[in-house]
Amino acid sequence: MTESMTHPGGQTGQVPDALGRFGPFGGRYVPETLVAALDQLQAEYRSAVEDPLFHATLDELLRDFVGRPSPLYHAKRLSEHCGGAQIWLKREDVNHTGAHKINNTLGQALLTLRMGKQRVIAETGAGQHGVATATACAHFGLPCVVYMGEEDVRRQAPNVFNMKLMGAEVRPVTTGSRTLRDAINEAMRDWMSSVETTHYILGSVVGPHPFPMIVRDFQAVIGREARQQCLARLGRLPNSVVACVGGGSNAAGMFSAFIADGQVELVGVEAGGRSAKPGDHSASLTFGSPGVLHGSFSYVMQDEDGQTGQVHSLSAGLDYPGVGPEHSFWKDTGRVQYLPCGDEAALEAFDLVARNEGILSALETAHALAQAIQLAASRPKDQIILVCLSGRGDKDAAEIARLRQTAM
Amino acid sequence: MSAIDRLFETLRAEKRKALMPFITAGDPDLDFTADLLKQLDACGCSLCELGIPYSDPIADGPVIQASYTRALDRKTHLADIFEMTRRIAPTLSMPIVSMVSYAIVFRRGIASFVAEAQAAGIAGAIVPDLPVEEAEPLAEVCRREDFSLIQLVAPTTPRERAIRIAESSTGFLYYVSVAGITGERTRLPADLAENVAWLRARTSLPICIGFGISQPEHVRQLAPVADGLIVGSAIVRRIAQADRQPRDQVLAQIADYIRQLLGALES
Repeated sequence: MTESMTHPGGQTGQVPDALGRFGPFGGRYVPETLVAALDQLQAEYRSAVEDPLFHATLDELLRDFVGRPSPLYHAKRLSEHCGGAQIWLKREDVNHTGAHKINNTLGQALLTLRMGKQRVIAETGAGQHGVATATACAHFGLPCVVYMGEEDVRRQAPNVFNMKLMGAEVRPVTTGSRTLRDAINEAMRDWMSSVETTHYILGSVVGPHPFPMIVRDFQAVIGREARQQCLARLGRLPNSVVACVGGGSNAAGMFSAFIADGQVELVGVEAGGRSAKPGDHSASLTFGSPGVLHGSFSYVMQDEDGQTGQVHSLSAGLDYPGVGPEHSFWKDTGRVQYLPCGDEAALEAFDLVARNEGILSALETAHALAQAIQLAASRPKDQIILVCLSGRGDKDAAEIARLRQTAM
Repeated sequence: MSAIDRLFETLRAEKRKALMPFITAGDPDLDFTADLLKQLDACGCSLCELGIPYSDPIADGPVIQASYTRALDRKTHLADIFEMTRRIAPTLSMPIVSMVSYAIVFRRGIASFVAEAQAAGIAGAIVPDLPVEEAEPLAEVCRREDFSLIQLVAPTTPRERAIRIAESSTGFLYYVSVAGITGERTRLPADLAENVAWLRARTSLPICIGFGISQPEHVRQLAPVADGLIVGSAIVRRIAQADRQPRDQVLAQIADYIRQLLGALES
């Protein structure tokens, strides 16, 4: 029996099991102090899934507050430029707050209220999840603390300001690599001490069970809508679906609707960074190995002792040494193909989409766009490539300007 | 019967309680750790928890995090830690138990980790990120090899679950005093002694209390209900001085502090 809200079905469906396993991946590797809270969250989620009022409330918020359904858009000039398959974009960038992250934070904020918890904490990398959490908390009147690596505070300054405008407290994290991984560590440590009154709104399909399942289910609206839109507009399913993968929440939400459609090729794009050398990229599925990080068993960048490896991406949201356990499962079953895309290729795709379509994509998303552009060029014109345009790039403008001055 | 089982059997027969320091392996280097182990043993500590430094310790406060970071910056590898304990453990009367993330155990391979740790004179493991639901693959090997697998109970643990954890733990049961991360606290929860006493009435396993304990007053207060008390951050904070002060002086300061706690334990 699956506990999830959506039922992906098919050969890799009906996951996770009761212990949060996607095949061998997932589980719950956390201090005992957190186990009761995870059990409570799981129970609350199970009851919410059975409650029509919960679905009605969330659907209304997604429609009136977020602006869903997000459009499916034919990137005609970009497709012409590639000279091959047609590229269609699922426009999560036009959601309120500018990314897919809001789909999850509203769902989890509703769960926070159902559990009677009075405070919310979150981690953020690119700041999109931080902004989406601050937004959901402002909407519901919940106090909110966001942990963010000091390096990310620097490179995603506009989002930090936006969070503060909505009343959230942003706590810069100065330990370790001062990026997303350390922000998750600090959020977990806060939760260890505040677990009885605080809900941790984790922003990706990572962490201990039930987070990978809950976040995937709240993001599954992306894939459900996109699949219906393809059928309604194009009369058929896409040939390929492409999404970027850091922790992997937009990809999990997008792919989950297509998992059972065996003829649809699914491609996850990781951050290939500067090179294939350890420390130069964040491509855990491409270069990592199974291990334990942040409460879950999944592919991870690690050294021979199991210490988490240093990673790099110019995109803060992909700069993470682990990945969601369901992606590890999809990789090992062969259902999804995962490829790395380097910093330079992502920046080129960013430019190409900006100039040909008038869309500034997030640097995270630019990795998926780069892969889609390459794929489109090699495929016939009657093929359809669907890309999850997971977020908009306003937040990256200053960082891109900085990179251009120093490195370009 | 592991060395830890024998230790608590002796202590109970003598109506004594255990003082169990936690130290980080490799902070500031493994030579210092070896000297410190000898010093703690000479002072009369019953058991030492040896922290295997880990890059992402989510249960640890700033003091132990910083200590792990220093050890890892010095390239402290698991093999080097085992090599050090292999040399030192036979010279000690107190057993050593490793405090180690499951990330490290899994990476080594469960059977290899247990075999290597045993060959290095380590009597058991505390794996703070391995709750009872996930513990069976490791627990099975530990049972077979008579390597203690010490499990943890937290203030947030429901009572029936605490009993289940006690049943699957070996060596002793680690009772986490506060819902939170490691680190010195001035005050401990008012209901701590009562909660430990409740559990003690339901298990024959020794119960040792850790997290937050740093003052002789804590030791006096908790010794009557526990079999042992674990002190970590207060020692690790002193170890942090070893980069700036003469090492003999730091060892002497730690020994003074340990004697104060032992005095409180026996009073």
